[in-house]
Amino acid sequence: MKNWKLAAGLLLSVALPGSAMATDLEVTHWWTSGGEAAAVAELAKAFDADGQDHWVDGAIAGGGGTARPIMISRITGGDPMGATQFNHGQQAKELVEAGLMLDLTDVAEANHWKDVIYPPSLLDSCTLDGKIYCAPVNIHSPEWLWLSNKAYEKAGIPVPKDWNEFVASAPALEAAGIIPLALGNQPWQSNLAFGAITVAVGGLDLWKKINVSKDMDAAAGPDMAKVFEAAANARKLAAKSTVQDWNQATNLVITGQAGGQIMGDWAQGEFAVANQVAGKDYTCLPGLGLNEYLSTGGDAFYFPKLKDADKEAAQKRLAALLVSPEVQVAFNLKKGSLPIRGDVNLDAANDCMKKGLKILASGNLVPSGDMVWSADVQKQAEDLMVEFWKTDMAPADAQAKWVEILKTGL
Amino acid sequence: MSETKPLRLLRNVNAKLAAIPMVLTALVVFVGGTVWTVFYSFTDSKLLPKMKFVGFAQYDRLWHNSRWLISIENLAILGTLSLVLTISLGFILAVLMDQKIRFEDTFRSIMLFPFALSFIVTGLVWQWILNPDFGIQSVIRSIGWTTFEFNPLNNPSLVLYGLLIAGLWQGTGFVMCLMLAGLRGIDEDIWKAARVDGIPTWKTYIFVVIPMMRPVFITTLVIAAAGVIKLYDLVVAQTSGGPGNASQVPAMYVYDYMFQAQNLGQGFAASTMMLVTVLIVLIPWAYLEFGSKKHG
Repeated sequence: MKNWKLAAGLLLSVALPGSAMATDLEVTHWWTSGGEAAAVAELAKAFDADGQDHWVDGAIAGGGGTARPIMISRITGGDPMGATQFNHGQQAKELVEAGLMLDLTDVAEANHWKDVIYPPSLLDSCTLDGKIYCAPVNIHSPEWLWLSNKAYEKAGIPVPKDWNEFVASAPALEAAGIIPLALGNQPWQSNLAFGAITVAVGGLDLWKKINVSKDMDAAAGPDMAKVFEAAANARKLAAKSTVQDWNQATNLVITGQAGGQIMGDWAQGEFAVANQVAGKDYTCLPGLGLNEYLSTGGDAFYFPKLKDADKEAAQKRLAALLVSPEVQVAFNLKKGSLPIRGDVNLDAANDCMKKGLKILASGNLVPSGDMVWSADVQKQAEDLMVEFWKTDMAPADAQAKWVEILKTGL
Repeated sequence: MSETKPLRLLRNVNAKLAAIPMVLTALVVFVGGTVWTVFYSFTDSKLLPKMKFVGFAQYDRLWHNSRWLISIENLAILGTLSLVLTISLGFILAVLMDQKIRFEDTFRSIMLFPFALSFIVTGLVWQWILNPDFGIQSVIRSIGWTTFEFNPLNNPSLVLYGLLIAGLWQGTGFVMCLMLAGLRGIDEDIWKAARVDGIPTWKTYIFVVIPMMRPVFITTLVIAAAGVIKLYDLVVAQTSGGPGNASQVPAMYVYDYMFQAQNLGQGFAASTMMLVTVLIVLIPWAYLEFGSKKHG
């Protein structure tokens, strides 16, 4: 009798939802830190709001390096999710080429993405053969130096205004028992710090020559050698930093145990969660305060092809929603990233975001590493950089190896 | 002769039929997968397998990559140390267990407990124990020795020993059980004969018992060696290959290049080299185990 009732109940629960319940769409991403999770919640709230869709959160912990292989093997292995995060650029290129991703061109045209998305390079990196395959959601730039005002107060010196002052201030910090530079052990963080130092110390022309025109002579040249020297100095400042994840390193800055951290603007989400006020508790220097240029990397959502027409309609609704002004504002304020359209009102933004918006509006932008180099080159560079930052590898050796790595991507 | 041949094939036909699924699985999944991997290691496959052959280019790049070279060096160091130490410690523990002590079952369970934990748990536990902020270093500093420094996981030249400690803690109990089984397999009469001849116990162990336990030692060696070659989860959990690349191992290279770098060709080349390493361990073993019986 009991079993019979249970069976009937189960049968009902299967039969009913078809008409009454919302279309579930599983969305995978690697946003798991406090600030990131708050931002994702905004997306889910907006998607669920229309009553016919339901956001099934598929957060994968461990950062992009852990999450991407899982996402890719699910897509290639025939178990695609409804939507998935990737960084703008080449990460999903082969999946698109293999025909595994949904064409969003009609959504883009209906919502005039071409006119509203700024800078246009974001949409270009979603485009293959004239068709659009991803919806960009934010702009992230890695070239930021985050400084702890508390640490400088404790050391009794003013907060530096650029990278050079920061390096000069390091002995005073060390004397006060503070780690000058916080750096997590993960390879991508070393590579990020190196990239930021390249733009700051080497300048924009050098960066573009190497990464956009792929000029290998410039990569092996004396200007780049200076960048490697600067990075070799910086690694001494980070010698005592033993944390693993980027948000642990940011936490060292928040608590004043470290003077500063080179990290992308997503670090801002952590400061916000810790109730820190930009300009008062912490200071941010885009382009490390030397060259105020930002690279416009960021996140985009891709939609794997599904057989179910209902789900495909839901995918397209989600794509349109992600780019819509309201979601852009709500999401980016929580995330600490910049919106992908210039026509939204971000008065609520804090000092650091406003600095970023100003640079964005002035057009001092470079494409991100993910856009100009393949994942293979990026990974090799990360391996080299993590070794360079954590050992005493000579700058000249590192430069020679680095040029070899870039050549594998030509 | 011509009549017996088909009969030989048909003998035990039920057993042979029953074995077919397993034989097919072995052929398709193990042998087929291996051949497929080796085959595609000669191609320029990126995210998806492609039939664009590049000869030995992937291998050339592999053996010029400093991270791979570090991984191989680490494997050699870790492999040698962990084999020597697990086997000798395991044997010594087994001998101690074998002295007809009280509560032997309890001790054996305690020794074997770490083996019941996965490498991920082992790695995390030892990461915490060796962490300078809440592990051994902070405990000893809080007792009063404030300059005490013990921070192996953040020192590139010591990190391998941090891994080794965790590996030994996890694996020695298992080796001890294998050795204990070997010791129990030694006939009591041998011990009696040795005692009658007045040979000291330690001499009996070294010159009589150990040579008799040769099959146990070889099996233990192969199990432990294969475990070292495929070492992955312990390193991922404990150090993630850091600091820098100081504790990288080959299996991590394979995974990172297949999936993170989206370069299947490079990952396949690396995994083929791992297969070669396993074969270097297995072939002499198979020869010793199965070859020697035929000859003598």
